[in-house]
Amino acid sequence: MRGAPISGSDTDACRGMTGAYPTDTIAKRVPKTLMFYFQSIHRCLRLLASIGALTLVGCNQSPSTRPTPITAGSDLHPTVINEPDRLTSIETGTPDPRGVPTRVACRTCHSLRQSNPLPNSMDKLTTFHQHIAFNHGDSTCSSCHVEGQHDRIHLANGTVLPLTEALSLCKQCHGPQYRDYSHGSHGGMNGYWDRRRGPRTRNHCVDCHDPHAPQIPMVMPAPPPRDRFLKAHVEEDAHE
Amino acid sequence: MSEKPKRRVALKVLGATLGAGAFARAMAPLASWSKDLSMGEFLQKHYSEMTPDEMNTVMRRLESNTKRDYGRDVNIRDIRPSEGVEFGYALNLSVCIGCRKCAEACHNENNHDRRTNNSYIRVLEMEQGSFDMEKGNATYTHAVPAAGKYYMPVQCQQCSNPPCVNVCPVQATWKEPDGIVVVDYNWCIGCRYCEAACPYHARRFNWTKPEIPAEEINPDQAYLSNRIRPQGVMEKCTFCLHRTREGRLPACLEACPTGARVFGNMLDPNSEIRWVLANKRVFVLKEDLGTDPRFFYFFDE
Repeated sequence: MRGAPISGSDTDACRGMTGAYPTDTIAKRVPKTLMFYFQSIHRCLRLLASIGALTLVGCNQSPSTRPTPITAGSDLHPTVINEPDRLTSIETGTPDPRGVPTRVACRTCHSLRQSNPLPNSMDKLTTFHQHIAFNHGDSTCSSCHVEGQHDRIHLANGTVLPLTEALSLCKQCHGPQYRDYSHGSHGGMNGYWDRRRGPRTRNHCVDCHDPHAPQIPMVMPAPPPRDRFLKAHVEEDAHE
Repeated sequence: MSEKPKRRVALKVLGATLGAGAFARAMAPLASWSKDLSMGEFLQKHYSEMTPDEMNTVMRRLESNTKRDYGRDVNIRDIRPSEGVEFGYALNLSVCIGCRKCAEACHNENNHDRRTNNSYIRVLEMEQGSFDMEKGNATYTHAVPAAGKYYMPVQCQQCSNPPCVNVCPVQATWKEPDGIVVVDYNWCIGCRYCEAACPYHARRFNWTKPEIPAEEINPDQAYLSNRIRPQGVMEKCTFCLHRTREGRLPACLEACPTGARVFGNMLDPNSEIRWVLANKRVFVLKEDLGTDPRFFYFFDE
Protein backbone atom coordinates (compact mmCIF):
# COMPACT_ATOMS: atom_id res chain seq x y z
CA MET A 1 0.00 0.00 0.00
CA ARG A 2 2.58 2.52 1.14
CA GLY A 3 4.76 4.27 -1.40
CA ALA A 4 8.45 4.84 -1.00
CA PRO A 5 8.27 8.55 0.02
CA ILE A 6 6.06 7.76 3.01
CA SER A 7 8.24 5.03 4.46
CA GLY A 8 11.11 7.50 4.01
CA SER A 9 9.24 10.07 6.08
CA ASP A 10 8.52 7.44 8.72
CA THR A 11 12.22 6.81 9.15
CA ASP A 12 12.75 10.54 9.56
CA ALA A 13 10.01 10.68 12.15
CA CYS A 14 11.56 7.83 14.12
CA ARG A 15 14.81 9.77 14.25
CA GLY A 16 12.86 12.67 15.64
CA MET A 17 13.53 14.83 12.60
CA THR A 18 11.07 17.40 11.40
CA GLY A 19 11.64 17.11 7.65
CA ALA A 20 9.11 18.68 5.26
CA TYR A 21 6.48 16.24 4.11
CA PRO A 22 6.93 15.65 0.36
CA THR A 23 3.31 16.44 -0.41
CA ASP A 24 3.79 17.41 -4.04
CA THR A 25 5.39 14.16 -5.18
CA ILE A 26 2.75 12.02 -3.50
CA ALA A 27 -0.14 14.18 -4.63
CA LYS A 28 0.73 13.39 -8.23
CA ARG A 29 0.52 9.67 -7.60
CA VAL A 30 -2.37 9.11 -5.13
CA PRO A 31 -5.97 10.37 -4.82
CA LYS A 32 -6.79 13.01 -2.17
CA THR A 33 -8.67 10.65 0.20
CA LEU A 34 -5.63 8.38 0.35
CA MET A 35 -3.41 11.42 0.91
CA PHE A 36 -5.41 12.31 4.02
CA TYR A 37 -5.08 8.70 5.21
CA PHE A 38 -1.31 8.72 4.73
CA GLN A 39 -0.94 12.03 6.47
CA SER A 40 -2.88 10.78 9.51
CA ILE A 41 -0.63 7.71 9.75
CA HIS A 42 2.40 9.94 9.45
CA ARG A 43 1.18 12.26 12.21
CA CYS A 44 0.52 9.32 14.54
CA LEU A 45 4.00 7.94 13.93
CA ARG A 46 5.56 11.35 14.51
CA LEU A 47 3.66 11.63 17.80
CA LEU A 48 4.85 8.17 18.87
CA ALA A 49 8.41 9.05 17.95
CA SER A 50 8.36 12.29 19.93
CA ILE A 51 6.95 10.44 22.98
CA GLY A 52 9.80 7.97 22.58
CA ALA A 53 12.34 10.78 22.37
CA LEU A 54 10.92 12.44 25.49
CA THR A 55 11.14 9.15 27.38
CA LEU A 56 14.79 8.85 26.38
CA VAL A 57 15.48 12.39 27.60
CA GLY A 58 13.71 11.53 30.85
CA CYS A 59 15.97 8.48 31.29
CA ASN A 60 19.05 10.64 30.87
CA GLN A 61 17.89 13.00 33.59
CA SER A 62 17.23 10.28 36.14
CA PRO A 63 19.90 10.08 38.83
CA SER A 64 22.86 7.86 38.11
CA THR A 65 25.22 6.62 40.76
CA ARG A 66 28.28 6.70 38.51
CA PRO A 67 30.15 9.89 37.66
CA THR A 68 29.40 11.15 34.14
CA PRO A 69 32.56 10.81 32.03
CA ILE A 70 33.53 13.77 29.87
CA THR A 71 34.92 12.73 26.51
CA ALA A 72 38.18 14.55 25.91
CA GLY A 73 39.35 15.79 22.53
CA SER A 74 35.95 16.91 21.27
CA ASP A 75 35.69 20.31 19.60
CA LEU A 76 35.47 23.32 21.88
CA HIS A 77 32.58 25.74 21.73
CA PRO A 78 33.54 29.30 20.79
CA THR A 79 34.34 32.22 23.04
CA VAL A 80 32.57 35.29 21.70
CA ILE A 81 33.70 38.80 22.63
CA ASN A 82 30.87 41.31 23.01
CA GLU A 83 30.63 44.17 20.58
CA PRO A 84 29.46 47.04 22.79
CA ASP A 85 27.06 49.64 21.34
CA ARG A 86 29.64 52.25 22.22
CA LEU A 87 31.76 51.20 19.25
CA THR A 88 29.07 51.85 16.64
CA SER A 89 26.72 54.41 18.17
CA ILE A 90 26.49 57.21 20.71
CA GLU A 91 23.95 58.16 23.36
CA THR A 92 21.77 61.08 22.30
CA GLY A 93 21.18 62.28 25.85
CA THR A 94 17.41 62.27 25.23
CA PRO A 95 15.61 59.22 26.62
CA ASP A 96 12.61 57.77 24.77
CA PRO A 97 9.09 58.05 26.34
CA ARG A 98 9.77 54.92 28.47
CA GLY A 99 12.87 56.53 29.92
CA VAL A 100 15.27 54.24 28.03
CA PRO A 101 18.35 56.09 26.76
CA THR A 102 18.33 56.36 22.98
CA ARG A 103 21.38 55.84 20.83
CA VAL A 104 22.17 57.01 17.37
CA ALA A 105 24.60 55.29 14.99
CA CYS A 106 27.86 57.17 14.30
CA ARG A 107 27.20 57.15 10.58
CA THR A 108 23.84 58.90 11.01
CA CYS A 109 25.65 62.22 11.36
CA HIS A 110 29.09 61.39 10.00
CA SER A 111 27.78 60.20 6.62
CA LEU A 112 26.18 63.61 6.02
CA ARG A 113 28.63 65.94 7.62
CA GLN A 114 32.30 66.45 7.07
CA SER A 115 34.11 66.16 10.43
CA ASN A 116 36.16 69.07 11.68
CA PRO A 117 39.88 68.39 12.13
CA LEU A 118 40.57 66.51 15.39
CA PRO A 119 41.19 68.98 18.22
CA ASN A 120 44.03 68.52 20.70
CA SER A 121 41.89 69.15 23.76
CA MET A 122 38.25 68.67 24.76
CA ASP A 123 37.50 72.37 25.28
CA LYS A 124 38.01 72.97 21.57
CA LEU A 125 34.86 70.92 20.80
CA THR A 126 32.18 73.53 20.25
CA THR A 127 29.30 71.76 18.48
CA PHE A 128 29.25 68.00 19.08
CA HIS A 129 30.60 65.45 21.57
CA GLN A 130 30.93 68.12 24.25
CA HIS A 131 29.52 65.75 26.89
CA ILE A 132 32.60 63.56 26.71
CA ALA A 133 34.43 63.55 30.06
CA PHE A 134 38.00 63.00 29.08
CA ASN A 135 40.44 61.51 31.58
CA HIS A 136 42.75 59.03 29.91
CA GLY A 137 46.35 59.87 30.67
CA ASP A 138 48.12 62.22 28.31
CA SER A 139 46.43 60.95 25.17
CA THR A 140 44.59 63.26 22.81
CA CYS A 141 41.84 62.58 20.26
CA SER A 142 44.33 61.80 17.51
CA SER A 143 46.18 59.29 19.71
CA CYS A 144 43.47 56.82 18.73
CA HIS A 145 41.01 58.38 16.25
CA VAL A 146 41.70 58.82 12.56
CA GLU A 147 40.98 62.27 11.17
CA GLY A 148 38.02 62.32 8.78
CA GLN A 149 37.10 58.66 9.42
CA HIS A 150 34.51 58.29 12.18
CA ASP A 151 34.64 54.47 12.27
CA ARG A 152 38.41 54.00 12.20
CA ILE A 153 41.16 53.99 14.80
CA HIS A 154 44.88 53.71 14.33
CA LEU A 155 47.53 51.78 16.21
CA ALA A 156 50.83 53.31 17.32
CA ASN A 157 52.52 51.95 14.20
CA GLY A 158 49.97 53.65 11.93
CA THR A 159 47.88 50.57 11.08
CA VAL A 160 44.29 51.70 10.58
CA LEU A 161 41.60 49.41 12.03
CA PRO A 162 37.81 49.50 12.26
CA LEU A 163 36.57 50.93 15.58
CA THR A 164 35.06 47.53 16.39
CA GLU A 165 38.60 46.17 16.76
CA ALA A 166 39.39 48.53 19.61
CA LEU A 167 40.75 45.66 21.71
CA SER A 168 43.93 45.66 19.60
CA LEU A 169 44.26 49.36 20.30
CA CYS A 170 43.85 49.05 24.08
CA LYS A 171 46.33 46.22 24.44
CA GLN A 172 49.17 48.30 22.98
CA CYS A 173 49.49 50.21 26.28
CA HIS A 174 47.66 47.88 28.68
CA GLY A 175 49.70 44.76 28.09
CA PRO A 176 49.40 43.18 31.56
CA GLN A 177 45.61 43.67 31.49
CA TYR A 178 45.43 42.09 28.06
CA ARG A 179 47.58 39.19 29.21
CA ASP A 180 45.26 38.61 32.18
CA TYR A 181 42.20 39.09 29.97
CA SER A 182 43.35 36.48 27.49
CA HIS A 183 43.86 34.04 30.36
CA GLY A 184 40.39 34.66 31.77
CA SER A 185 41.49 36.54 34.88
CA HIS A 186 40.44 40.09 33.94
CA GLY A 187 37.07 41.16 32.58
CA GLY A 188 33.73 39.49 33.21
CA MET A 189 32.37 36.53 31.33
CA ASN A 190 29.21 34.47 30.94
CA GLY A 191 28.39 30.96 29.84
CA TYR A 192 30.44 27.83 30.34
CA TRP A 193 33.70 27.18 32.18
CA ASP A 194 33.81 23.91 30.24
CA ARG A 195 33.81 24.89 26.57
CA ARG A 196 33.45 21.25 25.58
CA ARG A 197 29.87 21.65 26.74
CA GLY A 198 28.92 25.18 25.73
CA PRO A 199 30.06 28.60 24.52
CA ARG A 200 31.30 31.58 26.50
CA THR A 201 30.77 35.32 26.12
CA ARG A 202 33.52 37.72 27.15
CA ASN A 203 33.17 41.38 27.95
CA HIS A 204 34.95 43.82 25.69
CA CYS A 205 37.31 46.36 27.34
CA VAL A 206 34.81 49.16 26.72
CA ASP A 207 31.88 47.18 28.18
CA CYS A 208 33.24 48.20 31.58
CA HIS A 209 35.73 51.00 30.87
CA ASP A 210 34.70 54.22 29.17
CA PRO A 211 37.52 54.63 26.64
CA HIS A 212 37.57 58.38 27.31
CA ALA A 213 37.70 57.96 31.12
CA PRO A 214 38.69 54.37 31.78
CA GLN A 215 38.71 54.36 35.56
CA ILE A 216 35.61 52.55 36.85
CA PRO A 217 33.42 55.08 38.68
CA MET A 218 32.25 54.56 42.25
CA VAL A 219 28.97 52.66 42.60
CA MET A 220 26.44 52.04 45.35
CA PRO A 221 26.72 48.43 46.53
CA ALA A 222 23.83 45.96 46.62
CA PRO A 223 22.13 45.88 50.06
CA PRO A 224 24.01 44.12 52.89
CA PRO A 225 22.73 40.97 54.63
CA ARG A 226 20.30 41.56 57.51
CA ASP A 227 22.11 39.18 59.81
CA ARG A 228 21.90 39.76 63.55
CA PHE A 229 25.36 38.29 64.12
CA LEU A 230 26.96 40.71 61.72
CA LYS A 231 25.38 43.64 63.59
CA ALA A 232 26.68 42.26 66.88
CA HIS A 233 30.10 41.96 65.31
CA VAL A 234 30.16 45.64 64.35
CA GLU A 235 29.15 46.65 67.89
CA GLU A 236 31.96 44.58 69.33
CA ASP A 237 34.37 46.44 67.10
CA ALA A 238 32.95 49.74 68.33
CA HIS A 239 33.80 48.79 71.95
CA GLU A 240 37.42 48.23 71.14
CA MET B 1 -8.42 4.12 109.93
CA SER B 2 -10.54 4.77 106.93
CA GLU B 3 -9.16 8.36 106.47
CA LYS B 4 -5.67 7.29 105.34
CA PRO B 5 -6.55 5.13 102.34
CA LYS B 6 -8.82 7.91 101.07
CA ARG B 7 -6.03 10.43 101.15
CA ARG B 8 -3.74 7.96 99.44
CA VAL B 9 -6.29 7.43 96.68
CA ALA B 10 -6.66 11.17 96.28
CA LEU B 11 -2.90 11.57 96.00
CA LYS B 12 -2.71 8.74 93.48
CA VAL B 13 -5.44 10.28 91.36
CA LEU B 14 -3.75 13.66 91.56
CA GLY B 15 -0.40 12.15 90.61
CA ALA B 16 -1.89 10.21 87.73
CA THR B 17 -3.67 13.31 86.43
CA LEU B 18 -0.52 15.40 86.61
CA GLY B 19 1.47 12.61 84.98
CA ALA B 20 -1.02 12.22 82.16
CA GLY B 21 -1.08 15.98 81.70
CA ALA B 22 2.70 16.22 81.61
CA PHE B 23 2.87 13.33 79.13
CA ALA B 24 0.30 14.96 76.86
CA ARG B 25 2.22 18.25 77.06
CA ALA B 26 5.50 16.50 76.28
CA MET B 27 4.01 14.72 73.29
CA ALA B 28 2.23 17.82 71.94
CA PRO B 29 5.06 18.83 69.54
CA LEU B 30 4.76 15.40 67.96
CA ALA B 31 1.24 16.15 66.80
CA SER B 32 2.18 19.37 65.03
CA TRP B 33 5.44 17.83 63.80
CA SER B 34 3.67 15.01 62.01
CA LYS B 35 1.71 17.54 59.96
CA ASP B 36 4.88 18.84 58.31
CA LEU B 37 6.77 15.59 58.26
CA SER B 38 5.37 12.85 56.09
CA MET B 39 6.18 9.19 56.68
CA GLY B 40 8.31 9.17 53.53
CA GLU B 41 10.36 12.07 54.83
CA PHE B 42 10.75 10.46 58.25
CA LEU B 43 12.00 7.20 56.74
CA GLN B 44 14.19 8.85 54.08
CA LYS B 45 17.70 7.40 53.86
CA HIS B 46 21.00 9.25 53.75
CA TYR B 47 21.91 10.67 50.30
CA SER B 48 24.71 8.13 49.82
CA GLU B 49 22.44 5.18 50.60
CA MET B 50 19.55 6.04 48.33
CA THR B 51 19.06 4.07 45.12
CA PRO B 52 18.30 6.09 41.97
CA ASP B 53 14.63 5.13 42.31
CA GLU B 54 14.44 6.25 45.93
CA MET B 55 16.26 9.46 45.00
CA ASN B 56 13.73 10.07 42.28
CA THR B 57 10.81 9.56 44.66
CA VAL B 58 12.35 11.97 47.16
CA MET B 59 12.93 14.66 44.55
CA ARG B 60 9.39 14.40 43.19
CA ARG B 61 8.09 14.68 46.78
CA LEU B 62 10.25 17.78 47.35
CA GLU B 63 8.94 19.29 44.12
CA SER B 64 5.33 18.76 45.17
CA ASN B 65 6.13 20.18 48.64
CA THR B 66 7.56 23.30 47.00
CA LYS B 67 4.43 23.58 44.89
CA ARG B 68 2.28 23.22 48.01
CA ASP B 69 4.27 25.60 50.25
CA TYR B 70 5.50 28.18 47.76
CA GLY B 71 3.14 27.82 44.80
CA ARG B 72 5.85 27.32 42.20
CA ASP B 73 6.64 24.42 39.84
CA VAL B 74 10.33 23.64 40.19
CA ASN B 75 12.66 21.04 38.75
CA ILE B 76 14.90 19.31 41.31
CA ARG B 77 17.72 17.18 39.91
CA ASP B 78 20.49 15.05 41.33
CA ILE B 79 23.63 15.99 39.43
CA ARG B 80 26.70 13.90 40.19
CA PRO B 81 30.35 14.95 39.90
CA SER B 82 32.24 14.34 36.65
CA GLU B 83 35.40 12.27 36.43
CA GLY B 84 38.57 14.28 35.98
CA VAL B 85 37.08 17.47 37.42
CA GLU B 86 38.12 19.18 40.65
CA PHE B 87 36.86 22.70 40.99
CA GLY B 88 38.96 25.66 42.01
CA TYR B 89 38.10 29.32 42.44
CA ALA B 90 40.33 32.38 42.55
CA LEU B 91 39.52 36.00 43.29
CA ASN B 92 41.50 39.05 42.26
CA LEU B 93 41.46 41.49 45.18
CA SER B 94 43.05 44.21 43.03
CA VAL B 95 39.98 44.57 40.85
CA CYS B 96 37.16 43.73 43.29
CA ILE B 97 35.28 46.99 43.98
CA GLY B 98 32.99 45.62 46.70
CA CYS B 99 29.73 46.18 44.77
CA ARG B 100 28.15 43.00 46.27
CA LYS B 101 26.79 41.97 42.89
CA CYS B 102 28.13 38.46 43.60
CA ALA B 103 26.28 38.26 46.91
CA GLU B 104 23.11 39.50 45.22
CA ALA B 105 23.42 36.93 42.41
CA CYS B 106 23.97 34.19 45.01
CA HIS B 107 20.88 35.36 46.90
CA ASN B 108 18.73 35.01 43.78
CA GLU B 109 20.32 31.90 42.29
CA ASN B 110 20.26 29.87 45.49
CA ASN B 111 16.73 30.69 46.67
CA HIS B 112 17.81 32.43 49.85
CA ASP B 113 15.47 33.78 52.49
CA ARG B 114 14.33 37.24 51.34
CA ARG B 115 13.72 38.51 54.87
CA THR B 116 17.35 38.22 55.99
CA ASN B 117 18.75 39.00 52.51
CA ASN B 118 20.93 35.95 53.06
CA SER B 119 23.76 34.99 50.74
CA TYR B 120 26.65 32.53 50.87
CA ILE B 121 29.02 35.41 50.16
CA ARG B 122 30.01 38.12 52.62
CA VAL B 123 31.98 40.96 51.13
CA LEU B 124 34.35 42.26 53.79
CA GLU B 125 35.50 45.85 53.64
CA MET B 126 39.09 45.81 54.83
CA GLU B 127 41.63 48.49 55.73
CA GLN B 128 44.42 48.66 53.18
CA GLY B 129 47.52 47.26 54.81
CA SER B 130 45.57 45.10 57.26
CA PHE B 131 44.78 41.47 56.86
CA ASP B 132 42.64 40.67 59.86
CA MET B 133 39.55 39.06 58.39
CA GLU B 134 37.75 39.32 61.75
CA LYS B 135 37.92 43.13 61.53
CA GLY B 136 36.31 43.20 58.09
CA ASN B 137 33.01 45.07 57.86
CA ALA B 138 30.33 43.17 55.95
CA THR B 139 27.48 45.68 56.36
CA TYR B 140 28.84 48.85 54.69
CA THR B 141 26.30 50.86 52.69
CA HIS B 142 28.36 53.74 51.23
CA ALA B 143 29.58 54.12 47.65
CA VAL B 144 32.42 51.79 46.73
CA PRO B 145 35.34 51.48 46.36
CA ALA B 146 35.99 53.79 49.34
CA ALA B 147 39.41 55.41 49.72
CA GLY B 148 41.87 53.43 51.84
CA LYS B 149 39.81 50.23 51.71
CA TYR B 150 39.89 47.02 49.79
CA TYR B 151 37.17 44.42 49.45
CA MET B 152 37.40 40.72 50.14
CA PRO B 153 34.40 38.53 49.31
CA VAL B 154 34.41 35.44 51.52
CA GLN B 155 32.38 32.32 50.85
CA CYS B 156 32.88 28.59 51.44
CA GLN B 157 36.52 27.82 50.71
CA GLN B 158 35.68 24.17 49.85
CA CYS B 159 38.59 23.04 52.04
CA SER B 160 40.34 19.79 51.25
CA ASN B 161 40.58 19.24 55.00
CA PRO B 162 37.20 20.64 56.05
CA PRO B 163 36.74 21.11 59.81
CA CYS B 164 32.98 21.42 59.31
CA VAL B 165 32.80 17.89 57.87
CA ASN B 166 34.92 16.46 60.67
CA VAL B 167 32.64 17.76 63.43
CA CYS B 168 29.29 16.70 61.95
CA PRO B 169 27.91 14.06 64.33
CA VAL B 170 25.58 12.52 61.74
CA GLN B 171 27.62 12.79 58.50
CA ALA B 172 25.05 15.08 56.97
CA THR B 173 27.86 17.04 55.30
CA TRP B 174 30.72 15.62 53.30
CA LYS B 175 33.21 16.36 50.55
CA GLU B 176 32.36 15.23 47.02
CA PRO B 177 34.98 13.85 44.58
CA ASP B 178 35.05 17.15 42.65
CA GLY B 179 35.99 19.04 45.81
CA ILE B 180 32.62 20.53 46.74
CA VAL B 181 31.49 20.24 50.35
CA VAL B 182 27.76 19.53 50.36
CA VAL B 183 24.96 19.13 52.89
CA ASP B 184 22.08 16.64 52.77
CA TYR B 185 19.49 19.11 54.10
CA ASN B 186 17.13 16.24 54.92
CA TRP B 187 19.76 14.45 57.03
CA CYS B 188 21.02 17.52 58.91
CA ILE B 189 19.85 17.70 62.54
CA GLY B 190 20.65 21.41 62.87
CA CYS B 191 23.17 21.13 65.72
CA ARG B 192 25.29 23.93 64.15
CA TYR B 193 28.60 22.30 65.13
CA CYS B 194 29.78 22.87 61.55
CA GLU B 195 28.93 26.56 61.75
CA ALA B 196 31.11 26.83 64.86
CA ALA B 197 33.91 24.78 63.30
CA CYS B 198 34.18 26.80 60.07
CA PRO B 199 36.96 29.41 60.38
CA TYR B 200 35.56 31.39 57.42
CA HIS B 201 32.00 31.98 58.73
CA ALA B 202 30.82 30.28 55.54
CA ARG B 203 27.89 28.29 56.89
CA ARG B 204 24.42 29.63 57.51
CA PHE B 205 21.58 28.31 59.64
CA ASN B 206 17.92 28.44 58.63
CA TRP B 207 16.41 29.87 61.79
CA THR B 208 13.05 30.17 60.07
CA LYS B 209 11.38 28.70 57.02
CA PRO B 210 12.80 30.69 54.08
CA GLU B 211 10.41 33.32 52.70
CA ILE B 212 10.54 33.68 48.91
CA PRO B 213 7.79 35.01 46.63
CA ALA B 214 6.76 32.38 44.05
CA GLU B 215 7.80 34.52 41.08
CA GLU B 216 11.32 35.01 42.49
CA ILE B 217 12.04 31.30 43.02
CA ASN B 218 14.75 29.90 40.78
CA PRO B 219 13.13 26.70 39.45
CA ASP B 220 16.43 25.19 38.25
CA GLN B 221 17.32 23.30 41.42
CA ALA B 222 19.44 20.41 42.63
CA TYR B 223 19.01 18.18 45.68
CA LEU B 224 22.44 19.06 47.07
CA SER B 225 22.49 22.74 46.19
CA ASN B 226 19.84 25.40 45.73
CA ARG B 227 16.54 23.68 46.45
CA ILE B 228 14.66 25.60 49.14
CA ARG B 229 16.06 24.49 52.48
CA PRO B 230 13.76 23.43 55.33
CA GLN B 231 13.75 25.28 58.65
CA GLY B 232 16.36 24.24 61.20
CA VAL B 233 19.12 23.01 58.88
CA MET B 234 22.53 24.28 57.82
CA GLU B 235 23.30 25.52 54.34
CA LYS B 236 26.43 26.62 52.50
CA CYS B 237 27.93 27.59 49.15
CA THR B 238 28.10 24.65 46.75
CA PHE B 239 29.96 26.45 43.94
CA CYS B 240 26.49 26.42 42.29
CA LEU B 241 26.90 22.70 41.58
CA HIS B 242 23.60 22.62 39.67
CA ARG B 243 25.32 24.94 37.17
CA THR B 244 29.00 24.04 37.43
CA ARG B 245 28.52 20.27 37.17
CA GLU B 246 26.86 20.95 33.82
CA GLY B 247 29.84 23.00 32.67
CA ARG B 248 28.33 26.43 33.38
CA LEU B 249 29.99 29.18 35.38
CA PRO B 250 28.79 29.89 38.92
CA ALA B 251 26.22 32.68 39.34
CA CYS B 252 28.57 34.89 41.40
CA LEU B 253 31.19 34.84 38.65
CA GLU B 254 28.71 35.77 35.93
CA ALA B 255 27.44 38.66 38.04
CA CYS B 256 30.90 40.11 38.75
CA PRO B 257 31.18 43.33 36.73
CA THR B 258 34.97 43.59 37.05
CA GLY B 259 35.96 40.02 36.25
CA ALA B 260 37.61 39.56 39.64
CA ARG B 261 36.53 35.93 39.76
CA VAL B 262 38.21 32.98 38.03
CA PHE B 263 36.66 29.52 38.09
CA GLY B 264 37.61 26.24 36.51
CA ASN B 265 38.87 22.69 36.62
CA MET B 266 42.11 22.41 38.57
CA LEU B 267 42.91 19.10 36.87
CA ASP B 268 42.88 20.70 33.40
CA PRO B 269 46.36 22.19 32.81
CA ASN B 270 44.93 24.59 30.20
CA SER B 271 42.23 26.04 32.44
CA GLU B 272 42.13 29.69 33.52
CA ILE B 273 42.35 28.73 37.17
CA ARG B 274 45.58 26.83 36.54
CA TRP B 275 47.04 29.85 34.76
CA VAL B 276 46.26 32.00 37.77
CA LEU B 277 47.76 29.49 40.19
CA ALA B 278 50.92 29.30 38.08
CA ASN B 279 51.34 33.00 37.27
CA LYS B 280 49.84 35.04 40.11
CA ARG B 281 50.93 35.37 43.70
CA VAL B 282 48.01 33.47 45.18
CA PHE B 283 47.34 32.87 48.84
CA VAL B 284 44.62 31.22 50.89
CA LEU B 285 42.81 32.54 53.94
CA LYS B 286 44.03 31.37 57.36
CA GLU B 287 46.56 29.03 55.82
CA ASP B 288 47.98 28.24 59.28
CA LEU B 289 44.82 26.31 60.18
CA GLY B 290 45.68 23.60 57.67
CA THR B 291 42.26 23.59 56.06
CA ASP B 292 43.77 23.48 52.55
CA PRO B 293 41.16 25.63 50.76
CA ARG B 294 40.26 25.41 47.08
CA PHE B 295 39.48 29.10 47.05
CA PHE B 296 42.43 31.35 46.29
CA TYR B 297 43.00 35.10 46.49
CA PHE B 298 45.50 37.15 44.58
CA PHE B 299 46.61 40.74 43.96
CA ASP B 300 47.84 42.06 40.64
CA GLU B 301 51.47 43.11 40.70
